[in-house]
Amino acid sequence: MTLETFSGTFGLWMGAALTLCIFSFLYKDNPFYRFAEHLFVGVSAGYWLVYNYWNIVKPNLIDPLREEQWQYLLPLVLGIFMLTRLFPNVGWLSRWAIAFMIGSGSGIMIITYLQSNFLEQIKSTLVPLDPTGQPWYVVVNNVILLVGVVSGLVYFFFSKAHTGVTGRIARIGVVFLMVSFGASFGYTVMARISLLIGRLYFLLHKCVGVI
Amino acid sequence: MRRQVPLVICFVAGVLMLAQSFVPPLNWFYTNALAWARIISCIAVFIGLISLVRLHATKVRRRAADWKFSIITLLALLYMMLAGLLTRYGVFVKLHGQCVPGSMGDKIVTGFQNAFNFQDIFLNIQIPVQATMFSLLAFYIASAAFRAFRARTFEATLLLVAATIVMLGRVPVGHYIWGVPQATAWILDVPNTAAKRGIMIGIGLGMTSTALKIMLGIERTYLGIKD
Repeated sequence: MTLETFSGTFGLWMGAALTLCIFSFLYKDNPFYRFAEHLFVGVSAGYWLVYNYWNIVKPNLIDPLREEQWQYLLPLVLGIFMLTRLFPNVGWLSRWAIAFMIGSGSGIMIITYLQSNFLEQIKSTLVPLDPTGQPWYVVVNNVILLVGVVSGLVYFFFSKAHTGVTGRIARIGVVFLMVSFGASFGYTVMARISLLIGRLYFLLHKCVGVI
Repeated sequence: MRRQVPLVICFVAGVLMLAQSFVPPLNWFYTNALAWARIISCIAVFIGLISLVRLHATKVRRRAADWKFSIITLLALLYMMLAGLLTRYGVFVKLHGQCVPGSMGDKIVTGFQNAFNFQDIFLNIQIPVQATMFSLLAFYIASAAFRAFRARTFEATLLLVAATIVMLGRVPVGHYIWGVPQATAWILDVPNTAAKRGIMIGIGLGMTSTALKIMLGIERTYLGIKD
């Protein structure tokens, strides 16, 4: 066995052992699980630190500053202000950096959310309900879409009590919401099952080789 | 100064960001602000990292419960930092030989060390553990579903039926059951889209009003100012 093959095999078995350590939590909390959990936290934190350094800090801050692009001094100063949170005496300086982030984020959000979440959604809902020139089922689906959107919005409108006509429309909204939540739940379950199959396949195929 | 300056920064940054959509000469602010925000949020990650180190170091120092596991966290963090940050400067190369350029630091490719370099630790530890942790949720979500999906009310029945059809439609056997693929597609395209659209419109309006309140200094809880 060459060193290269040995290292690959070792990595594979390390992955398998840690997978079993995590699965052991299904029985109850135990030292094997806690070992894998703490190892994961350390590795993950280290990974993201390195990732942020090589992919964000270096190309976007260190390299431009080396090229004498002095406008990057501003994020450096604000970044240092952000770190003052760790020191209670000067922690108030971090508010400046937070204010810049929140302020610029809010400014861009007004435009993007109004465009993508509001105008575009309304535009996509207001489609022709005229049966001429299109199959009947498309028209029916468009009507259902319109009813679903309006009734869903009425359900989330809390300035008026959900009684009488408003209550009945809100109830229709609940029907749509429940179907949507059910569909989302089904999707989530299948995504988790898919991950579980992936882990079992890893153990039984790559490590043990029985399937 | 501690209260007014952040509010002024927030207002000016917000107005400039808003105005750049309508005033093309202000596009420079948009381009720069995005890069600056990325850098600041990245530096903010270091705060989390320092807190993590402080927490685990304190646990070790005080010999608190599970302190031995905290040593593992600290060692793993330290090793990943060294492996990821120092390889590019040749420290590991001198020790272990050949070095191949990579996107995040350089990769050592020789011998037994292969299982212990930065990228391989990511592949052999982080990916399996992360995937297994998320796959564990399959068991808990199944148990939660068993309790939540009892068809006691009309709404619960709807949830149950929609989830069952969608789940069946996502597995190979579902494609052999008459009507299931069509029903799945219809649920996802029509009632699901309708409900999601209503929610998205609500979110759009909510985000816009909140953003305006933040810019105008009406909403200032993000600064930790209570009044």
